[in-house]
Amino acid sequence: MNRRHALIYWSGFTVIVALLALAPLVLPEFWRRFLTEILIWGLLAMSSDILIGYTGIVSFGHSAFFGLGMYGAAAALMTTRPPSLWLALGCGLVAAAAVAAFVAYFSTRLRDIYFAITTLIFSQIFYVVIFTSTELTGGENGLNFSRPALAIPGLFSMPFDATTLHWFVLAVVVISFLLLRRITQSPFGMVLQSIRENEARTRAIGYPTERYKIVAVMLSGLFAGLAGVLYAVQNRFAAPDFVFFVVSGEVVIYNVIGGIGTLVGPILGAAFFQLLREGFSRFFTEYYLIPVGMIFIAMVIFMPQGLLGFARRWLNR
Amino acid sequence: MTADGNGVDGAGPLLRVDGIHTYYGKSHILNGVSLEVGDGEVVGLLGRNGVGKSTTLKAIVGLVRPSRGQVVFAGRPIAGVSPHRLARMGIGYVPEDRRVFRLLTVLENLRTGLDRHGVTKERKQELLDKVYAFFPVLAERRNQPGGTLSGGEQQMLAIARAMMLEPKIILLDEPTEGLMPRMVSQIREIIGVLHRERVAVLLVEQNVPLTLEASQRIYFIEKGEVRHHAKASELQVNDPVIHQYLGV
Amino acid sequence: METFLSFFHTVPLEQVVIQTVNGIVAGMILALVASGLTLIFGIMEVVNFAHGELFMLGAYVGVVTLAATGNFWLALVAATLLIALLGAVIHVTTLRPLLGRDPLTTILATFGLSLVLQNYALWQFGPVARKIQEPFTGQFTLFYLSYPWYRLVIAGLSAAIIAALYVFLKYGRYGIWIRATTQDRMMAEAMGIPVPWVLTGVFAIGSGMAAASGVLFGPLVGVNHAMGLDWVLKAFIVVVVGGMGNLGGSILAAIFISLLEAYASLWLSPAQAIIVSFVVLILTLLFRPTGLFVPTPK
Repeated sequence: MNRRHALIYWSGFTVIVALLALAPLVLPEFWRRFLTEILIWGLLAMSSDILIGYTGIVSFGHSAFFGLGMYGAAAALMTTRPPSLWLALGCGLVAAAAVAAFVAYFSTRLRDIYFAITTLIFSQIFYVVIFTSTELTGGENGLNFSRPALAIPGLFSMPFDATTLHWFVLAVVVISFLLLRRITQSPFGMVLQSIRENEARTRAIGYPTERYKIVAVMLSGLFAGLAGVLYAVQNRFAAPDFVFFVVSGEVVIYNVIGGIGTLVGPILGAAFFQLLREGFSRFFTEYYLIPVGMIFIAMVIFMPQGLLGFARRWLNR
Repeated sequence: MTADGNGVDGAGPLLRVDGIHTYYGKSHILNGVSLEVGDGEVVGLLGRNGVGKSTTLKAIVGLVRPSRGQVVFAGRPIAGVSPHRLARMGIGYVPEDRRVFRLLTVLENLRTGLDRHGVTKERKQELLDKVYAFFPVLAERRNQPGGTLSGGEQQMLAIARAMMLEPKIILLDEPTEGLMPRMVSQIREIIGVLHRERVAVLLVEQNVPLTLEASQRIYFIEKGEVRHHAKASELQVNDPVIHQYLGV
Repeated sequence: METFLSFFHTVPLEQVVIQTVNGIVAGMILALVASGLTLIFGIMEVVNFAHGELFMLGAYVGVVTLAATGNFWLALVAATLLIALLGAVIHVTTLRPLLGRDPLTTILATFGLSLVLQNYALWQFGPVARKIQEPFTGQFTLFYLSYPWYRLVIAGLSAAIIAALYVFLKYGRYGIWIRATTQDRMMAEAMGIPVPWVLTGVFAIGSGMAAASGVLFGPLVGVNHAMGLDWVLKAFIVVVVGGMGNLGGSILAAIFISLLEAYASLWLSPAQAIIVSFVVLILTLLFRPTGLFVPTPK
């Protein structure tokens, strides 16, 4: 990208990150937590964008990756004393990657709709397994555990408070964003986008599209799992509800609202959706999903490119 | 250019295509095509592969929407009207590669055109009988799935099906493609029958002798435009004009 | 080998037979729900995520009509017609504008719809499950247990409805329109068939069928806003296993999967028995991805 574009882009980026970093210092507790959660959901949505926006395949399996990341972290946090952050990260990522590999293997051989349905069914498989394995996973009650400290063994250990946790989450999300951005602009990312545009042609040119799709799903699953780990650390519990396919659906909603194929769009979509939910729930209590759902449908019909869709080319340069 | 036969009230030709342009993605396919077909006329459209003949028919029938230009049928502008309305208005379409409904029987294929509002049971039977008389082989195979018919039989079915609409004009897209010579002369006969029934025909073809025999007037298309227009009686098979627009 | 066989001996024959009947009954209802879904997918290439919610709303309309009139059959008819109408409205307002666009958009739109409809039901009827009374109680003895007549009636009715659908599609003017539209949408339009309305009609029929299943199944479980979710999942599995768009296949698949689940629940809890259908799905995807009962194209 050219100089001027780079300048605008990165200064904008820095400003936003700075604002997000300062936020917990000025916001009341509720909104501080809200913001941290938006970042986590944003990361999840961003991981889904790799598939929807860049590879052109819709997955409803993200709840499985997210949930397994959560449970993987939970497993680590519950079994070691003191609970280790890095072990939690490791376990969560491994669990998510394993699930992603499993799902990818079966699903990528199918096209479009069949892929979406199959990933959805896989989410449900994991949901049922987790829900019914009460001894292992706590069943429908989930698991509770304590939050690990930010520690480098041997050097220092500092327990998280709300602000430092927020910064940790922010750091992880920012690093993930930069990584994903790099990947989408790399030759690998270009092949993915070519698959999105015309898979048959990409295959005809000689690329093994199946393999690229599998890697894309695993990559996506990895970052979704990372979001799961963050969620576990933030909230100190894991529950099967997060593995239910509706969560995947909501993630796809964030993508579409925010604008697919932009990486930042989904984060915005997550924020928009959560804010709408917050706002509507003050007036409609539990039935906020009705107006929110209708807005979503309207957007699919009239504004399919999402909020940031118009800036998609610009953001990807 | 005036057509041979104007509309009943002299208000203009049955079908008039006026400077239509179409695009496929960024490709400019039709570059201002204009032609006319009068009541009951048989008009030929000749040209090489890929010049836009089929696209012209598709634009008339509503399967492709022209970005510019007009199509007027029986005095009414029809560009952008959906295909099913046009079929009911009296435009029959027999596409390239026939496209019979392969899993429907011959009779069911015919019924897709026959089952219209305002057509009495007697009239439907009349039409069926008529078409079975013209195409006895279809009568024989009336309960067989369309996909089991031979190429020539499918072509007859496709034309018969369009006739079920009792159209004022039938658009024929390369009806003799891939057919044996014996079938080609049968197609010639069928066009003759349509002409006798006062059904106009817009015939897209690459078979020059057939087109010269069957049509009253001929348009020549090249690169998405009508480049030449002549009465069929003024042309001969080895005419240099023919060679210019159809030769390799 | 010994232990394997003796494992089977622990289950009394009566139970096996009962589970067979249960499996077939559940299978027929699932077939009814799934055929609506298959119809919609096969003809319109629309993945209708809201199908479970149409099932659920049908059940609720049944509850309300039953409460008002006391007549189960009236409730069944009312639910079918009303929800078919709702289906038509949904198609015209939200799905027709999406015709010709990326299939992803219909998945998203119907997903959004399912959220809206589910929460609407929650809002209108509350979270407590309602009950639909069976039109007749009465049981007959199957071995040593009494088996309710009603269940057999459901199976019979479902089969009847599916048969009626088959006849409608095979004969009759609109059946021809639908089949022509399925085979070659463009040519159907060129023949004067009003394709957008055919699609709306198909969606309405599929919705009506889902609603009927909801009312029929209502007496067996409680009617609540979330009942659609389980069914839609199973229905999707059935549709994939049966071969997408293949009506006969989905009926066979529905019965097959329900039977397996019924047998599995002899040893497992119902929640776990669902895993059976998942396993069938995975195996189908691995070995016969075009459908379990569909010969794999060479």
